[in-house]
Amino acid sequence: MIPLSHYLILSAILFSIAIAGIFLNRKNLVLILVCIELMLLAVNTNFIAFSHYLGDLAGQVFVFFILTVAAAEAAIGLAILITVFRNRRSINIDDLDELKG
Amino acid sequence: MTFTAFLFYFFAVLQVFVAISLITVKNPVHSVLLLVVTFFCGSVLWMLLEMEFLSIVLVLVYVGAVMVLFLFVVMMLDINLTEMRAGFVRYFAIGVPIALALAGLMVWVLDGKLFQVEGPPPRPEGYSNVDELGSVLYTDYFYSFELAAVVLLVAMVAAITLTFRRRPGTRRQDPAQQIKVRREERVRLVKMKSESRS
Repeated sequence: MIPLSHYLILSAILFSIAIAGIFLNRKNLVLILVCIELMLLAVNTNFIAFSHYLGDLAGQVFVFFILTVAAAEAAIGLAILITVFRNRRSINIDDLDELKG
Repeated sequence: MTFTAFLFYFFAVLQVFVAISLITVKNPVHSVLLLVVTFFCGSVLWMLLEMEFLSIVLVLVYVGAVMVLFLFVVMMLDINLTEMRAGFVRYFAIGVPIALALAGLMVWVLDGKLFQVEGPPPRPEGYSNVDELGSVLYTDYFYSFELAAVVLLVAMVAAITLTFRRRPGTRRQDPAQQIKVRREERVRLVKMKSESRS
Protein backbone atom coordinates (compact mmCIF):
# COMPACT_ATOMS: atom_id res chain seq x y z
CA MET A 1 0.00 0.00 0.00
CA ILE A 2 1.06 3.56 -0.65
CA PRO A 3 1.28 5.58 2.58
CA LEU A 4 -0.63 8.81 2.93
CA SER A 5 2.54 10.88 3.03
CA HIS A 6 3.36 10.07 -0.61
CA TYR A 7 0.12 11.59 -1.81
CA LEU A 8 0.69 14.64 0.38
CA ILE A 9 4.26 15.03 -0.87
CA LEU A 10 3.07 14.79 -4.46
CA SER A 11 0.51 17.53 -3.96
CA ALA A 12 3.05 19.68 -2.08
CA ILE A 13 5.44 19.38 -5.03
CA LEU A 14 2.67 20.26 -7.49
CA PHE A 15 1.72 23.29 -5.40
CA SER A 16 5.33 24.50 -5.34
CA ILE A 17 5.60 24.03 -9.10
CA ALA A 18 2.51 26.19 -9.51
CA ILE A 19 4.04 28.89 -7.31
CA ALA A 20 7.23 28.78 -9.38
CA GLY A 21 5.05 29.05 -12.49
CA ILE A 22 3.41 32.21 -11.20
CA PHE A 23 6.86 33.69 -10.61
CA LEU A 24 8.22 32.65 -14.01
CA ASN A 25 5.26 33.77 -16.08
CA ARG A 26 4.23 36.79 -14.15
CA LYS A 27 3.73 38.85 -17.30
CA ASN A 28 1.24 36.50 -18.88
CA LEU A 29 -2.28 36.64 -17.47
CA VAL A 30 -3.35 33.33 -19.07
CA LEU A 31 -0.50 31.37 -17.55
CA ILE A 32 -1.23 32.78 -14.10
CA LEU A 33 -4.79 31.46 -14.40
CA VAL A 34 -3.40 28.10 -15.53
CA CYS A 35 -1.07 27.99 -12.52
CA ILE A 36 -4.00 28.73 -10.21
CA GLU A 37 -5.82 25.74 -11.72
CA LEU A 38 -2.75 23.62 -11.02
CA MET A 39 -2.73 24.80 -7.40
CA LEU A 40 -6.38 23.86 -7.05
CA LEU A 41 -5.60 20.40 -8.39
CA ALA A 42 -2.88 19.98 -5.77
CA VAL A 43 -5.23 21.06 -2.99
CA ASN A 44 -7.95 18.75 -4.25
CA THR A 45 -5.49 15.85 -4.26
CA ASN A 46 -4.79 16.62 -0.61
CA PHE A 47 -8.49 16.56 0.23
CA ILE A 48 -9.03 13.33 -1.67
CA ALA A 49 -6.09 11.60 -0.01
CA PHE A 50 -7.26 12.55 3.48
CA SER A 51 -10.81 11.54 2.63
CA HIS A 52 -9.63 8.09 1.58
CA TYR A 53 -7.18 7.45 4.40
CA LEU A 54 -9.41 8.76 7.19
CA GLY A 55 -12.59 7.28 5.72
CA ASP A 56 -14.45 10.58 5.81
CA LEU A 57 -16.82 11.57 3.02
CA ALA A 58 -16.66 15.27 3.84
CA GLY A 59 -13.39 15.57 1.93
CA GLN A 60 -15.04 14.41 -1.26
CA VAL A 61 -17.92 16.84 -0.78
CA PHE A 62 -15.36 19.61 -0.34
CA VAL A 63 -13.63 18.64 -3.57
CA PHE A 64 -16.98 18.69 -5.33
CA PHE A 65 -17.63 22.25 -4.22
CA ILE A 66 -14.09 23.34 -4.99
CA LEU A 67 -14.52 22.03 -8.53
CA THR A 68 -17.76 23.99 -8.86
CA VAL A 69 -16.28 27.23 -7.60
CA ALA A 70 -13.14 26.72 -9.70
CA ALA A 71 -15.25 26.35 -12.83
CA ALA A 72 -17.06 29.59 -12.00
CA GLU A 73 -13.76 31.29 -11.27
CA ALA A 74 -12.25 30.16 -14.55
CA ALA A 75 -15.27 31.40 -16.50
CA ILE A 76 -15.26 34.84 -14.89
CA GLY A 77 -11.46 35.10 -15.05
CA LEU A 78 -11.42 34.36 -18.75
CA ALA A 79 -14.26 36.85 -19.31
CA ILE A 80 -12.24 39.56 -17.55
CA LEU A 81 -9.21 38.51 -19.60
CA ILE A 82 -11.15 38.94 -22.85
CA THR A 83 -12.44 42.35 -21.76
CA VAL A 84 -8.90 43.45 -20.86
CA PHE A 85 -7.57 42.22 -24.20
CA ARG A 86 -10.36 44.00 -26.09
CA ASN A 87 -9.58 47.30 -24.44
CA ARG A 88 -5.78 47.17 -24.35
CA ARG A 89 -4.83 44.76 -27.18
CA SER A 90 -2.46 42.98 -24.79
CA ILE A 91 -2.61 40.78 -21.70
CA ASN A 92 0.71 41.87 -20.31
CA ILE A 93 0.29 42.52 -16.61
CA ASP A 94 2.73 45.41 -16.73
CA ASP A 95 0.26 47.26 -18.98
CA LEU A 96 -2.45 47.12 -16.34
CA ASP A 97 -1.20 50.04 -14.30
CA GLU A 98 -4.05 52.54 -14.49
CA LEU A 99 -4.99 52.16 -10.84
CA LYS A 100 -1.53 53.25 -9.76
CA GLY A 101 -2.95 56.20 -7.85
CA MET B 1 5.84 -3.62 -5.78
CA THR B 2 2.19 -4.18 -6.56
CA PHE B 3 0.56 -3.00 -9.75
CA THR B 4 -1.32 -0.27 -7.86
CA ALA B 5 1.91 1.10 -6.42
CA PHE B 6 3.50 1.01 -9.86
CA LEU B 7 0.56 2.96 -11.31
CA PHE B 8 0.77 5.51 -8.52
CA TYR B 9 4.49 6.19 -8.86
CA PHE B 10 4.38 6.20 -12.66
CA PHE B 11 1.58 8.74 -12.86
CA ALA B 12 2.92 10.81 -9.97
CA VAL B 13 6.32 11.20 -11.65
CA LEU B 14 4.64 11.86 -15.00
CA GLN B 15 2.44 14.51 -13.41
CA VAL B 16 5.38 16.30 -11.83
CA PHE B 17 7.37 16.33 -15.06
CA VAL B 18 4.41 17.53 -17.12
CA ALA B 19 3.75 20.25 -14.56
CA ILE B 20 7.37 21.39 -14.76
CA SER B 21 7.25 21.56 -18.54
CA LEU B 22 3.88 23.35 -18.27
CA ILE B 23 5.42 26.34 -16.54
CA THR B 24 8.48 26.51 -18.79
CA VAL B 25 7.16 26.08 -22.35
CA LYS B 26 7.01 29.17 -24.52
CA ASN B 27 3.60 28.82 -26.12
CA PRO B 28 0.51 29.31 -23.90
CA VAL B 29 -1.46 26.85 -26.07
CA HIS B 30 1.08 24.14 -25.26
CA SER B 31 0.93 24.90 -21.58
CA VAL B 32 -2.87 24.60 -21.56
CA LEU B 33 -2.56 21.25 -23.38
CA LEU B 34 0.02 20.11 -20.81
CA LEU B 35 -2.39 21.14 -18.07
CA VAL B 36 -4.89 18.74 -19.63
CA VAL B 37 -2.31 15.95 -19.32
CA THR B 38 -1.71 16.94 -15.68
CA PHE B 39 -5.43 16.69 -15.00
CA PHE B 40 -5.54 13.24 -16.61
CA CYS B 41 -2.73 12.05 -14.33
CA GLY B 42 -4.55 13.54 -11.36
CA SER B 43 -7.71 11.73 -12.37
CA VAL B 44 -5.83 8.42 -12.49
CA LEU B 45 -4.43 9.06 -9.00
CA TRP B 46 -7.90 9.85 -7.67
CA MET B 47 -9.20 6.67 -9.26
CA LEU B 48 -6.51 4.73 -7.38
CA LEU B 49 -7.94 6.15 -4.14
CA GLU B 50 -11.40 4.75 -5.05
CA MET B 51 -12.88 8.18 -5.79
CA GLU B 52 -14.52 7.11 -9.00
CA PHE B 53 -17.13 9.84 -9.22
CA LEU B 54 -14.77 12.74 -8.66
CA SER B 55 -12.11 11.42 -10.99
CA ILE B 56 -14.66 11.05 -13.79
CA VAL B 57 -16.00 14.53 -12.99
CA LEU B 58 -12.47 15.89 -13.18
CA VAL B 59 -12.08 14.56 -16.70
CA LEU B 60 -15.58 15.41 -17.92
CA VAL B 61 -16.06 18.82 -16.35
CA TYR B 62 -12.52 20.06 -16.06
CA VAL B 63 -10.86 18.69 -19.16
CA GLY B 64 -14.08 18.68 -21.16
CA ALA B 65 -15.40 22.11 -20.33
CA VAL B 66 -13.02 24.38 -18.44
CA MET B 67 -9.88 23.46 -20.34
CA VAL B 68 -11.66 23.76 -23.69
CA LEU B 69 -12.78 27.23 -22.60
CA PHE B 70 -9.15 28.04 -21.78
CA LEU B 71 -8.02 26.75 -25.17
CA PHE B 72 -10.65 28.80 -26.99
CA VAL B 73 -9.60 31.97 -25.21
CA VAL B 74 -5.87 31.37 -25.63
CA MET B 75 -6.25 30.63 -29.32
CA MET B 76 -8.47 33.67 -29.80
CA LEU B 77 -6.02 36.12 -28.26
CA ASP B 78 -3.12 37.42 -30.27
CA ILE B 79 -0.33 37.18 -27.72
CA ASN B 80 3.06 38.70 -28.27
CA LEU B 81 5.26 35.83 -27.14
CA THR B 82 8.63 37.55 -27.06
CA GLU B 83 7.30 40.37 -24.91
CA MET B 84 5.83 37.81 -22.53
CA ARG B 85 9.16 36.06 -22.12
CA ALA B 86 11.06 39.17 -21.17
CA GLY B 87 12.58 38.90 -17.71
CA PHE B 88 12.18 35.13 -17.61
CA VAL B 89 15.73 34.55 -16.40
CA ARG B 90 15.46 37.20 -13.70
CA TYR B 91 12.24 35.72 -12.32
CA PHE B 92 13.73 32.24 -12.66
CA ALA B 93 16.41 33.24 -10.17
CA ILE B 94 13.77 34.40 -7.67
CA GLY B 95 10.92 32.00 -8.22
CA VAL B 96 12.69 28.67 -8.41
CA PRO B 97 14.61 28.98 -5.10
CA ILE B 98 11.42 30.08 -3.33
CA ALA B 99 9.48 27.15 -4.78
CA LEU B 100 12.31 24.74 -3.94
CA ALA B 101 12.47 26.00 -0.36
CA LEU B 102 8.71 25.69 -0.01
CA ALA B 103 8.67 22.19 -1.48
CA GLY B 104 11.61 21.11 0.66
CA LEU B 105 9.95 22.40 3.81
CA MET B 106 6.65 20.71 3.05
CA VAL B 107 8.31 17.42 2.09
CA TRP B 108 10.37 17.53 5.29
CA VAL B 109 7.21 17.96 7.37
CA LEU B 110 5.08 15.49 5.45
CA ASP B 111 7.73 12.79 5.48
CA GLY B 112 7.54 12.67 9.28
CA LYS B 113 6.09 9.91 11.38
CA LEU B 114 2.70 11.61 11.67
CA PHE B 115 1.69 11.00 8.09
CA GLN B 116 2.80 7.40 7.64
CA VAL B 117 -0.81 6.24 7.70
CA GLU B 118 -1.65 2.98 6.00
CA GLY B 119 -4.79 2.98 3.91
CA PRO B 120 -8.04 1.29 4.86
CA PRO B 121 -8.67 -2.20 3.47
CA PRO B 122 -10.10 -2.35 -0.06
CA ARG B 123 -13.82 -1.82 -0.35
CA PRO B 124 -16.06 -4.86 -0.65
CA GLU B 125 -17.52 -5.85 -3.98
CA GLY B 126 -20.56 -3.84 -4.99
CA TYR B 127 -19.50 -0.76 -3.06
CA SER B 128 -20.53 2.36 -4.91
CA ASN B 129 -18.72 5.63 -4.40
CA VAL B 130 -21.47 7.49 -6.27
CA ASP B 131 -24.12 6.13 -3.87
CA GLU B 132 -22.14 7.16 -0.84
CA LEU B 133 -21.38 10.63 -2.13
CA GLY B 134 -24.94 11.20 -3.34
CA SER B 135 -26.42 10.09 -0.04
CA VAL B 136 -24.58 12.82 1.87
CA LEU B 137 -24.73 15.42 -0.88
CA TYR B 138 -28.52 15.39 -1.06
CA THR B 139 -29.09 15.24 2.70
CA ASP B 140 -26.42 16.78 4.93
CA TYR B 141 -24.98 19.14 2.35
CA PHE B 142 -28.19 19.92 0.49
CA TYR B 143 -28.19 23.68 1.12
CA SER B 144 -24.56 24.03 0.08
CA PHE B 145 -25.37 21.98 -3.00
CA GLU B 146 -28.14 24.42 -3.94
CA LEU B 147 -25.79 27.29 -3.19
CA ALA B 148 -23.24 25.81 -5.61
CA ALA B 149 -25.90 25.86 -8.30
CA VAL B 150 -26.59 29.52 -7.54
CA VAL B 151 -22.84 30.26 -7.73
CA LEU B 152 -22.73 28.70 -11.19
CA LEU B 153 -25.75 30.73 -12.31
CA VAL B 154 -24.22 33.97 -11.03
CA ALA B 155 -20.94 33.11 -12.73
CA MET B 156 -22.75 32.52 -16.02
CA VAL B 157 -24.59 35.84 -15.81
CA ALA B 158 -21.36 37.63 -14.85
CA ALA B 159 -19.36 36.10 -17.69
CA ILE B 160 -22.02 36.98 -20.26
CA THR B 161 -22.36 40.52 -18.92
CA LEU B 162 -18.61 41.07 -18.98
CA THR B 163 -18.11 39.94 -22.55
CA PHE B 164 -21.38 41.17 -24.04
CA ARG B 165 -20.87 43.89 -26.60
CA ARG B 166 -23.68 46.03 -27.99
CA ARG B 167 -22.49 47.42 -31.25
CA PRO B 168 -24.27 50.47 -32.67
CA GLY B 169 -25.82 50.15 -36.09
CA THR B 170 -26.73 46.49 -35.96
CA ARG B 171 -30.23 45.52 -37.01
CA ARG B 172 -32.03 43.51 -34.42
CA GLN B 173 -35.59 42.45 -33.69
CA ASP B 174 -37.44 43.97 -30.76
CA PRO B 175 -39.90 41.35 -29.51
CA ALA B 176 -41.84 43.85 -27.40
CA GLN B 177 -42.41 46.02 -30.44
CA GLN B 178 -43.41 42.96 -32.45
CA ILE B 179 -45.94 41.81 -29.92
CA LYS B 180 -47.46 45.25 -29.48
CA VAL B 181 -48.38 45.60 -33.14
CA ARG B 182 -52.11 45.77 -33.97
CA ARG B 183 -53.89 44.34 -36.94
CA GLU B 184 -54.91 47.80 -38.17
CA GLU B 185 -51.29 48.88 -38.52
CA ARG B 186 -50.37 46.09 -40.87
CA VAL B 187 -53.47 45.02 -42.82
CA ARG B 188 -55.35 47.41 -45.08
CA LEU B 189 -58.55 46.22 -46.75
CA VAL B 190 -59.10 47.78 -50.12
CA LYS B 191 -62.59 47.76 -51.64
CA MET B 192 -62.62 47.78 -55.41
CA LYS B 193 -64.89 46.63 -58.12
CA SER B 194 -64.07 43.49 -59.93
CA GLU B 195 -62.99 44.11 -63.47
CA SER B 196 -65.20 42.92 -66.23
CA ARG B 197 -63.81 40.44 -68.72
CA SER B 198 -63.13 42.16 -71.95
